[in-house]
Amino acid sequence: MSEPTVTSAPLLSARGIAKQFAGVEVLTDVDLDLMPGEIHALLGENGAGKSTFAKIVAGVHRPTRGSLTLIGRAVEVSNPIVAQKLGITLIHQEPISFPDLTVAENLVLGRHAGAPLARVPWAQMTRDARKLMDLLGVAIDVTQTMRGLSIADQQMVEIARALASDSRVIIMDEPTAPLTPKEVATLFAIARRLRDEGRTLIFISHRLEEVRELCDRVTIFRDGRKIATEGIRDLDDAAIIRQMIGRPLKEYMHKPGVALGDVALKVTNLTSPGLFRDIGFEVRKGEIVGLGGLVGAGRTDVARALFGVAPAASGAIEIHGKPAVIADPTDAIRLGLAFVPEDRAVAGIFRTLPVEQNITAAAPGRIAPNGFIRRAVERALARESVASLRIRLATLRQPIGELSGGNQQKAILARWLLTDPSILILDEPTRGIDIGVKAEFYDQIGALAAGGRAILRISSELPELLALCDRVLVMSEGRLTANLPRGLATPETIMRAAVPRSAERGAA
Amino acid sequence: MNRISRLLLRREAGILVMIALFCLAVGAVKPHFLTLDSLQIVLLLVPLTLMGAMGQMMVIVARHVDLSIGSILGLTAMASGMMFRYHPEVWWPLGFVLSIGIGALLGLANGAVVTFFRLPAIIVTLGTLNLYRGLTFIMSNAKQIDRQYVPVELKAMSQTSPIFGIPWIILMSFAVALATYYFVMHTRIGRQIYALGSNPVAAPLRGIDVTKVTLLVFTLSGALSGLAGIMYASRWGFVNPSNTGAGFEFQVIAAVVIGGVSINGGVGAVLGTALGVLLLGCVAAALPLLGIPGTTQNAIYGAVILAALLIDRLVRRQGQRGAAIRGAA
Repeated sequence: MSEPTVTSAPLLSARGIAKQFAGVEVLTDVDLDLMPGEIHALLGENGAGKSTFAKIVAGVHRPTRGSLTLIGRAVEVSNPIVAQKLGITLIHQEPISFPDLTVAENLVLGRHAGAPLARVPWAQMTRDARKLMDLLGVAIDVTQTMRGLSIADQQMVEIARALASDSRVIIMDEPTAPLTPKEVATLFAIARRLRDEGRTLIFISHRLEEVRELCDRVTIFRDGRKIATEGIRDLDDAAIIRQMIGRPLKEYMHKPGVALGDVALKVTNLTSPGLFRDIGFEVRKGEIVGLGGLVGAGRTDVARALFGVAPAASGAIEIHGKPAVIADPTDAIRLGLAFVPEDRAVAGIFRTLPVEQNITAAAPGRIAPNGFIRRAVERALARESVASLRIRLATLRQPIGELSGGNQQKAILARWLLTDPSILILDEPTRGIDIGVKAEFYDQIGALAAGGRAILRISSELPELLALCDRVLVMSEGRLTANLPRGLATPETIMRAAVPRSAERGAA
Repeated sequence: MNRISRLLLRREAGILVMIALFCLAVGAVKPHFLTLDSLQIVLLLVPLTLMGAMGQMMVIVARHVDLSIGSILGLTAMASGMMFRYHPEVWWPLGFVLSIGIGALLGLANGAVVTFFRLPAIIVTLGTLNLYRGLTFIMSNAKQIDRQYVPVELKAMSQTSPIFGIPWIILMSFAVALATYYFVMHTRIGRQIYALGSNPVAAPLRGIDVTKVTLLVFTLSGALSGLAGIMYASRWGFVNPSNTGAGFEFQVIAAVVIGGVSINGGVGAVLGTALGVLLLGCVAAALPLLGIPGTTQNAIYGAVILAALLIDRLVRRQGQRGAAIRGAA
């Protein structure tokens, strides 16, 4: 092994770890040794099992089978508190904390044992918290409430908490997704220091370049199985991707060529102060246009403006060559737009309502021509959609919240297809859904485009943008920074356009 | 000093300003309102509300609510009143033990139903509001405990003063507020109330015994309502099965919310709550003085509470939510 800090005795060993959810095996017989003083990346597509594995190590989930050994001793990590006592901390992407309590209090909460009526040592607590922040080299006012902190600072507090309880294993689940490049640099510097102190860090990320920059070894997951564990220098990007997706990159990027029609959607100088500026592009019939960029670049804001959720302050929208005014979503729906929002749990589904009502929700005119809902029509439409999109469910009357993420997503797509949209806006449509469903989803989107619909598709995942899209738009800090035809779109060109100019770190 | 204390200070300063403006406005019409006499009237109106508000504050901080406190007040006052009437030989201070003890039990019952059956507190305590009131009727046979049965010593606690001419009842309510302050700010379990209310999902992950904390806040709320119950007998000298404590929950919750306790849990302080109680006390004292007929007072009282909440919302208009996500890497 080329890394000098890695010694021979593993800190944490997993043997035969498996996990089933509702009878479905999401993790199968994973063996993994984590060494002291290493940063170990877990790679894999969404649903590959890496997060599940991490959560088992951190006591969030109990494994169905398998065992964990910490420094040669078998351990039962039955819950997160036990994990904390064993020195294992999981840092969530969006940290779980107490937003109304101060940073200092968040750091100690649950750590100090003692009588319930024991006096809280505020002064000491604040001093200790300051010391930890100084140790990490971050300037956070520890007497501030958590609510006021940025996500990056909240993550720092979580890391500080791990240090306060002297964690030996620190797991970071996609910590960099919501961070700016500068914040990522700070995070990485701290991560390296913790490694050099002999701790083990598990780093979950989708971003290969970050993994390359930070990690010593990498374990690749696919379909709930561990595919490989290698030193990061022993694998090139192509090899990693091949192992992640189980087939060569070339094959992954397929999309039937479709003849493009007239311009369906044309946007000029769309501006919404503080969110995005001077956005202009076209989407043709039959065309799939990807909209890439980093989280927070303003992509979702553009989509929301187009759909009238939060209309832009200035700029023009043309639909099928005619100027259009979209003041609210009703206008957008009438003009033939459909919008599948990013966070389906918040903005997409009506969790407690049956699947059928969720599917027909955007087409009231079809199920209730005179204002009264005709149940037979509703049921027939829903049944048709379920069949054509292959939505897996028990019954149409089932609350949609009981379906898996991917099937919920399909149901929402079905909802919008019922409005027979000519322009479809999809915001991160495949986030959090498993690979099998994802592939189906790709096929369906391809088929929709082939049927003459114009599709604008927001995605943070490079392979998706490259695989499906005829053209890739890239946004950075509220501006459109690239408009790449299929031939010119490569990971490098997209990333270069996505990274903010002011803070470029040479990501490509 | 730091940002939260500044924010809280502003909140509390805001209520103080509202109290001052209100008093000056009333004083402009009725100069008599700005004398020590009416201060005494105000202060005598608030102690029961203050005791109830301390308990309610903890319940609401924990993201629950207790609507049954008025009925607990009534039932506990009646229990002691009946002891005084039918067993006058019993040493009268045992009334405190009886009222507080029964109050604690009734509160514990609320908490137990909420936490063990995972029912929303608003529904559970709406039920016990009626249940406890009904029990009061049954046990008293719907008969009032009249003045002559309430021990003189108990009544004296609302009139005589050990120090500075401040009656016992007022000192007692201040003591409750101070004790609550110490409890919620400086004990481990007190802080856990805030943590639970701030993020109920994370609380058990950090080793907080959610069941225990939930039972505790309801028990304390019940016990303090019990204290308010016996002090009701002291203050008014009688206990009526239908009137005693009726509408108490409304005053208390209004005061707590005006005092800046967030209905969403996790936020709330003793000082703000106490000032909220004081503001309502001023309003209650001013209405009769202004010659507003009793029929109108309720409506005005309600309007003032809404106005106070609106002013507060307009002044603060904090849009700090959703601040964090900026450009990413």
